[in-house]
Amino acid sequence: MKIPVAIPSPLLSYTGGAASVEVNASTLAQALEELDRRFPGIRFRIVDEQDRIRPHIRFFVNERIVRTIDAPFAVGDTLTVVCALSGG
Amino acid sequence: MAMKKSAAAGRAPRKLSSKKPAPRRASASRGIVMLVGTRKGAFVMRSDTSRRIWKLEGPHHFGCVVTHVVADPREPKVWLAAVKTGHLGPTVFRTSDAGKTWKEAKNPPAFPKAPEGEQGRAVDTVFWLTPGGADEPGVWWAGTNPHGLFRSEDGGETWTEVTALSAYLASLDHSKEAFMPTPGGAITHSILVDPRDSAHLYVSMSVGGTFESRDRGATWKPMNKGVAIDYMPGQEFEYGQDPHCVVASPVNPDRLYQQNHCGIYRIDRPSNEWIRIGKNMPKAIGDIGFVIVTHPRDADRVWVIPMDGTTVWPRTSIGGKPAVFGSDNAGRSWKRLDRGLPRANAWHTVYRQGFACDTAKPLGLYFGTSSGQLWASRDEGGSWTKICEDLPAILSVEIAAP
Repeated sequence: MKIPVAIPSPLLSYTGGAASVEVNASTLAQALEELDRRFPGIRFRIVDEQDRIRPHIRFFVNERIVRTIDAPFAVGDTLTVVCALSGG
Repeated sequence: MAMKKSAAAGRAPRKLSSKKPAPRRASASRGIVMLVGTRKGAFVMRSDTSRRIWKLEGPHHFGCVVTHVVADPREPKVWLAAVKTGHLGPTVFRTSDAGKTWKEAKNPPAFPKAPEGEQGRAVDTVFWLTPGGADEPGVWWAGTNPHGLFRSEDGGETWTEVTALSAYLASLDHSKEAFMPTPGGAITHSILVDPRDSAHLYVSMSVGGTFESRDRGATWKPMNKGVAIDYMPGQEFEYGQDPHCVVASPVNPDRLYQQNHCGIYRIDRPSNEWIRIGKNMPKAIGDIGFVIVTHPRDADRVWVIPMDGTTVWPRTSIGGKPAVFGSDNAGRSWKRLDRGLPRANAWHTVYRQGFACDTAKPLGLYFGTSSGQLWASRDEGGSWTKICEDLPAILSVEIAAP
């Protein structure tokens, strides 16, 4: 299913400046896979090599925070990638 | 390994020139290119041939924590930068045109995926970068926090962990206690490649100690005899020491110097025992610090920048009076070299990658501070000039070829 993804400013260098992209995915893991295929390197900056979401990254499906990358999507969902505060 | 003696062995020690003005003809055949990693990006300083006029370029990777920027002596326009931000994970960028354009590694250093149900490790920071030997073009080594050694064979595009090292460390008794993290993490650093044998490596861990491999990382041995470990109960430990920075003499790779959490040391291989040359420092200064540099043409010459390691370990210049100390006899005696440095109220820190030298004659020495200042000496430490200020906190200073 088509999922709109909101991209935060620290990742715009990967998306060519696009703050919003669309992926075809049923889970967050699939969304990340497609994002990395289209924008190489983006996944590792936000999810580590053990598939854990990095400490200062948050993923929201609609307005609900998700903690693992196996989170499923439903038709009409949106995904927002948030860079949480990380100090000076 | 060849038992090459120091080219400087037996030579009458040269005087350090703290009271002499810089020679008028002091110059580099070409201008110096200095790569500076900071908490908010990388900068490049370029000098004229006199090394008196400097121009700042950058920032590169603005806003990112750049722990190390290193030029490839085999391809001088190739630089690698270890980069992360507060938000995003660690990565490596490469330029092949001396900083005009950068390209991110396809596979930055990352630990292998753990088996299902096990807690795997994740690289937090790429901390250290070292080019491979002259006979291994394209090979680079990286050290990470948490402890990890990685190797690239394609110029930094893809990286693979040297799992033999992590397996060896895991096999050691008391490994959890011996490899506890510092406030800055569990840092693998000071990756030294023997210029006579690219398979011969030294790697240091803070905390953990110094380890040697003679087979390109397949097997390892600790090399910490003689190094104090004041923060642990007991006296003798095979590993668990806290080397802050270890360097090998380019002219005599069998001589290593170490600035440790617990003193300054020298070792002359094949000896396996370090000698605490920091005991020859003035008692009021002590021998605590992060950095150490040795002369590229004289194995007897070495410089340190002592830090305050008393009470709660402020790790600042001692008494607010920064000073470099130099030895021209392999650490048997030391001389304070602070001409031109602030006389008071300078409470900065020089981090472990923050001190470097060029290869010009006389030798140029350079250090960067936690308060964003760059200091340079054109006369081997005899006098110092501030060449830049107000940069972000400086994490690393390296000289790109020439």
